[in-house]
Amino acid sequence: MIRSRQITAIASAVLLGSMASAALLIRSMDRARPEAITQQMLYVSSPKLLKRLSLGYEGLLADVYWTRTVQYFGTTHSRGGGNYKLLWPLLNLTTQLDPHLIPAYEFGETFLVAKPPQGAGDPEKAAELVRFGIQNNPGDWHLYYDLAFIYYDQKDYRNAAQTFLHGSQMPDAHPFLKVMAAQMAQHGGDFETARMMWNATYQTTHDKMIQANAAAHLRAIQVDDDVNALERLVQKYQERTGRFPLTFSEMIAAGVIKGIPLDPLRHPYRLEPGGVVVVSNPDDLPFLDKGLPSGYIPSVVPKLIPAN
Amino acid sequence: MNSRIFHIATNTFREAVRDRVLYNLIGFALLMSAAAVLVGQISIQIERLVVINLGLTAVSLFGIVIAIFIGIGLVSKEIDKRTLYTVLSRPVRRWEFIAGKFFGLSGTLVVNTFFMAIGVFAALAYVSHNFVSSDVGVLVALYFIVLQFVIITALALFFSSFSTPIFSAIFAFWLFVIGSFAQDLRNFAAMTHGLTRWLAMGAAYLVPNFSALNVITQVAHGEPVPSQLILINTAYALVYSVAVLSAAVLIFERRNLK
Repeated sequence: MIRSRQITAIASAVLLGSMASAALLIRSMDRARPEAITQQMLYVSSPKLLKRLSLGYEGLLADVYWTRTVQYFGTTHSRGGGNYKLLWPLLNLTTQLDPHLIPAYEFGETFLVAKPPQGAGDPEKAAELVRFGIQNNPGDWHLYYDLAFIYYDQKDYRNAAQTFLHGSQMPDAHPFLKVMAAQMAQHGGDFETARMMWNATYQTTHDKMIQANAAAHLRAIQVDDDVNALERLVQKYQERTGRFPLTFSEMIAAGVIKGIPLDPLRHPYRLEPGGVVVVSNPDDLPFLDKGLPSGYIPSVVPKLIPAN
Repeated sequence: MNSRIFHIATNTFREAVRDRVLYNLIGFALLMSAAAVLVGQISIQIERLVVINLGLTAVSLFGIVIAIFIGIGLVSKEIDKRTLYTVLSRPVRRWEFIAGKFFGLSGTLVVNTFFMAIGVFAALAYVSHNFVSSDVGVLVALYFIVLQFVIITALALFFSSFSTPIFSAIFAFWLFVIGSFAQDLRNFAAMTHGLTRWLAMGAAYLVPNFSALNVITQVAHGEPVPSQLILINTAYALVYSVAVLSAAVLIFERRNLK
């Protein structure tokens, strides 16, 4: 009996020790060949073959591939973006396996359309993906909205207007699609249209990430608008006094503005030499076209403050 | 069901429980818990889909593995242990033995599926916090999965009635794989001519059509399953199983057990 207990104790200790050693050795291996961890590849690239190999369980396989797509995008993005060469094949496999997997179209087009390093910067593939989604889910107005957004981003206002119009004819379509169609046809490229687009995105989604993204874009549009207006007032001050103001207090004293102007996050704007209006916390306000301090390098991963 | 078939079925069920077949429920419970908790953190907006797809796929695959690996030994194990002779020396007919074994294993799989279904719905409640009317589709998919088990059990029993366990497992598994391609086989037959067409068409109708019994992806998206399909699938599974069991009885009746 004692002998048996001894053997059990020794075997247990050897088992635990060996497993721990094996885990440590794997970590050493990873350190010795770091490229092996980062190297990602597709073992099967044909959707047809994969569908057959799934033996009818293609729904689960599509979920696995969608999760893999999200992980791939997230990992590549957090490493600073760059090459997203597997993004389209992964999205193609996912949607071919399950053509009704709507999140794959909605998020996939965002991943594809965003400019590098934020995304793959491939609006053609994004449009192809969403068109395939519409073909397989013709009653889903959200997909028309996504496609119209891609056209809008490409400044193809005619196609954007047509796609909004098609979407507005779908059952349960949100009424703003009709408004967007008209707005797009009339004023494709102005601030107000952009504001309406992002407002609509914000209001029609329940996804916190999309809401935070839309809120960030709305803030950016607001800042662009504010900076334009403030720089016009700075110009007015310069015409009146013959020099640019160094601070907003000087403009208040001159009666040009009533108080220190605040950005959408309630932080004060600043003035740089030459009357340039900038935000004080640019990291909190991604996607800005105007108002960036001189020499500022935007972060690779935009900071998305949760929408309030 | 006569009492002799009932007793053989009950014993088969007890034996399966004694063989710790229901232990697979622990693995299933761990899988569903992990899926419900983890998927939300590693993917986007597919929590419900994954719970339904993974849950139903696991129910199906676990059951098919059990049906094949228990089914193939139902006859051969009794011969090896010589218990078959004791059974047949009593007033039990060979066909009753086959029918009893079939109902016993099918019953085990139904009980197993019942507990797994509770797991699927519990995970669904955890990720969704409520049930929607389209979740009835999950019950339909589970019913179709049970129909798959009935066919596979009949096939495993059929092969077990004349072959060794290893070959029975290979045959049953390959019929499951080919049955998943039944629709492709028919499409292939439609594209060919002459003798090839007839052979392909014959093979397509001969193998079990598992593709029609798989509506997992459909119900995961909340799409309804037509009631007509429920009736046709039920009739198909019954007719096919009866045909396979009849073949098993024919072979087993003529088998020299000495």
